[in-house]
Parts: sequence; structure tokens; C-alpha cells
Amino acid sequence: MWPLVLRLLFFLLIVKPFLLLAVGVNVRNRSRLPRGGPALIVANHNSHLDALVLVAMLPLRLLSRARPAASAAYFLRGRWRAWFARNVIGIIPVETGGGRSHAEVLGEVRDVLAAGNIVIFFPEGTRGEPECLGKLKTGIVWLAQELPTVPIYPVRLCGLGRVLPKGDWLPVPFFCDAWVGEPLHWDGDRQRFMTALAASLGGSTL
Amino acid sequence: MTLTLASPVTVILGGVWGLLILATAVIWRLAPAPDSELRQRIRSWWLIVALCSLALTFNRTAALLFFGLVSFLALKEYLTLIPTRHADRRVLFWAYLSIPVQYYWIGVEWYGMFIIFIPVYMFLLLPVAMVLIGETQGHLRAAGTLHWGLMTMVFSLSHLAFLLVLPQTQYPQVSGPGLVLFLLLLTELNDVAQFCWGKLLGKHKISPKVSPNKTVEGFVGGLLTTVLLSALLAPWLTPFSVRDALLAGALIAVAGFFGDLSLSALKRDLSIKDSGNLLPGHGGILDRVDSLTYTAPLFFHFTRYFYF
Repeated sequence: MWPLVLRLLFFLLIVKPFLLLAVGVNVRNRSRLPRGGPALIVANHNSHLDALVLVAMLPLRLLSRARPAASAAYFLRGRWRAWFARNVIGIIPVETGGGRSHAEVLGEVRDVLAAGNIVIFFPEGTRGEPECLGKLKTGIVWLAQELPTVPIYPVRLCGLGRVLPKGDWLPVPFFCDAWVGEPLHWDGDRQRFMTALAASLGGSTL
Repeated sequence: MTLTLASPVTVILGGVWGLLILATAVIWRLAPAPDSELRQRIRSWWLIVALCSLALTFNRTAALLFFGLVSFLALKEYLTLIPTRHADRRVLFWAYLSIPVQYYWIGVEWYGMFIIFIPVYMFLLLPVAMVLIGETQGHLRAAGTLHWGLMTMVFSLSHLAFLLVLPQTQYPQVSGPGLVLFLLLLTELNDVAQFCWGKLLGKHKISPKVSPNKTVEGFVGGLLTTVLLSALLAPWLTPFSVRDALLAGALIAVAGFFGDLSLSALKRDLSIKDSGNLLPGHGGILDRVDSLTYTAPLFFHFTRYFYF
């Protein structure tokens, strides 16, 4: 209960005003966003702000069900950061690397989705160069195959890599855009799926 | 700046609201599609008029915060549009911080600092910050474009706010908000009048390369309309004599025209049509304050030199 109240206050009093005033995120096609779970929101990744933007653009009543998948190695480092990341931002920690199978890495993400939640997922795996879509990892295909009925909402983010790029802590105001694309569904064809996903995230090649 | 219910500012603002309601009724008839550009535009006008009314009638601090916010949004839109160097992130942050400082000088009525802070101190300081970071590739372009943005979006626009604090002892009838309202109203109505006359009679293009919609007929029609409006409004809101009211109207019409063109040239250079979409139907905030970046400082100095 308490973490949820904290989460609500954090998004209502800090994240939303900050995104409105300091950043100014313009959500295009907001009506395409999911109205409930389960749903997978995928986006290109250039900034720590990306996950906050994607959670904050959902209606407030879905806040308790919105969970960003994030690197355990980064977000669970240090007791305070780990507590904040888990309880206030509400991340699903993802352990990557070391020859793990998809099921080991993304098992928890699948379970959270299967329980009817909205998961925010970055198929590039990590933050890349601003306005340049990196190579999509295969984790998203595994998730889509595991849960073929869950709709996938691609959101293309522009400008956040300028506001708070990788390796910097000082946000500098710029207007940003978030383009919500048409929902995608797994149709069994890996190549076609990846091409469609990359295209809706603003990439031309895989 | 105390305002009674029947002060000139509230009466004129009441007139503006009346005009807005009338315009809304007309446009609802003219443009039946719910999301047509005209309808979006009038909806944004409601927001602009509401915020301006609040800022001008509440108190001085609210007005300064409001104009500071306008400068911030305009500078942010400008910096979003132009190419900036990754190395300059800290410098851009300092540039943003100059906004509260500039409006603070206005709040404490320190004219000497207000008038040189950005043209002198920020002009010298920001390149120092760039030099300390040490990126020389593109230095001139970065320093030049950043200072152009500060001068236009912060320095020029902040003259609107300084009108609020001009000492009014010798003209008990005139208030700071009244002068601001006069300038805002004439600048925006001049834009509208130029647009309307241009649509009605426009034939001879003035500057086809920069802005193909600007015509001699639109410009002259706007100028005459604005001069007439200035003569009608000046006795209510300003200390101007009839001759000066006519001059002020002409000044606003000409300055507004070139402010509009100057920002159009910027957009042409960057190959964009609208500067953003903060105000649906208008484009971005730069599309709305473009004329003001020229009228505000010029009208301010006209008023201050001859009357204060």
C-alpha cells in the first residue's frame, strides 16, 4: 500500500510537472495507448527519462499496473537506489549477459505481463545514440512468442536523448515528441515482425 | 497596481472577451468540422486570452512569472529547433538560468541592469563557458545562434514585463498592465488585420522568398487598422497625445510585420513550417510571439523616451 501511495505522489508531484514544464513531451496519437492490461509498450531508448515518460503518459488509474523492465545490474546497485527503483519507479529487474537463456532473463517480465499488467520494454536492451535506433535484441521476439495474444504498442521517442543523454545527470530543457504507433501482434514471422517493429520505432534497418 | 472593477484595463479586457465570443460564434458557423484549423486556432486564443487576463489583473508577481514562462517556452522551442552541440549542454543550462535573473531585475525595477544583462553580460559569459569546455569546432555558430535566441526570446520579450514597472506617478490614469495590454492587443490585432486584408485584397507580394503570404495590400490594410485602433485605445490605456498614439500604432504595425518576417526567415532556414505545436492551430509559441519580439522593445523605448 505505502509504495503505491509513494509512487502516485512521485509521478503526480515530481515526474508529471517536470515532464510538463522542463521537458514538454508532446504525445501524438494518445488515443492509441492501451486502456488496460495486459499490454507491452516498446520504445527506442536514449535516456533514463524514457521509462518515466512512458509510465507518465498512461492514465493515472493504470499507474499501479505499469512496470518498466530495467537492467538489474544498474538499478539494483546500492540499497537506496534498489529500493527506489523497485518501489517507486516499479521496475522489473532484468539480469542480462552471461549466457543466460531468454526464459532466465525475461521470465519475470513474462509472468508480470501474464498477470495482466502493462510492461514497458526497450528492445534495444540499452540506451543508444540519440535519434538513432540501435539493433533490436531478440528478447522482444521471445516475449511475443510466449504471449502471442498480448498487443504490442510501439512508441517512438524523440528528443529525450537531448534532454538527458547517456552519461550525464543534468537535464536541459527541450521539447520532445512521443509517437504512438499502431499496435502490433505476433504473427509467427520473425523477420516481418522485427522489420515492422523497427520501422515503427523510427529505424530503417535492423 | 490596484485595479478596481471599472478600471480601463478590466473594461478593455471585457471587450476582448466579447470579441472572442463573437469570433468563436462566427468561426463555428464558418468552419463546421470540429478539428479544422480555424477552430483549433480559436480554442488556443481562449487559452491565451484567459492566461493574459489572469496575469494582467492578478498582481505584478503573477504577471512577471507569466512573462518569464513565455520567455522560457519560446527559448526552449527555439533551442529545440536549432542544431546544438552536445558539448554545450551546460552552456544551454546557463542560458535558461538567465531568464529568472532577467525577470528578477524587472521585479526590483533595476533598469540599468535589465537593459545590459543579456546584451553585455550573457553575451560575454556564455562564450567563456564554451571556451572552458574547450570544444572549438562550430564555436562561432554555437555562440551566435545561442545569443540570437537569448536576445529574441528573453531580452526582447522581457520588455513587455518592464512596461509593468515603469513609474507611473505622473500619470495616475495609466497603469503598467494597461500599457502591456495596449501593446499585446495592437500587436496581435495587427497580425490578424494584416492576415484578413491580405486574404481580401492581397495581390502584390512583398517578400515571396521569406513569406509568400505577405502582401502590400495586407501590410497597408493592417497598418491603417492598427493606427485607427491605437487612436481609439490610447486615451484609455496610455498617456499618449493623439499624434503619439498614431505614431505608436504605425510603429507597432511596421515592427510587428518585420518581427513576423524575421522569424519566418528563421523557419525557412531550418526548413520547417510551424515552430512547434504548443498552441494547436497556431503552430508553436514562436509563431505567436514572433511579432512581439520586435514590437515589445521598440514600443517600450518609444514610450519610455517620450513619457517616462
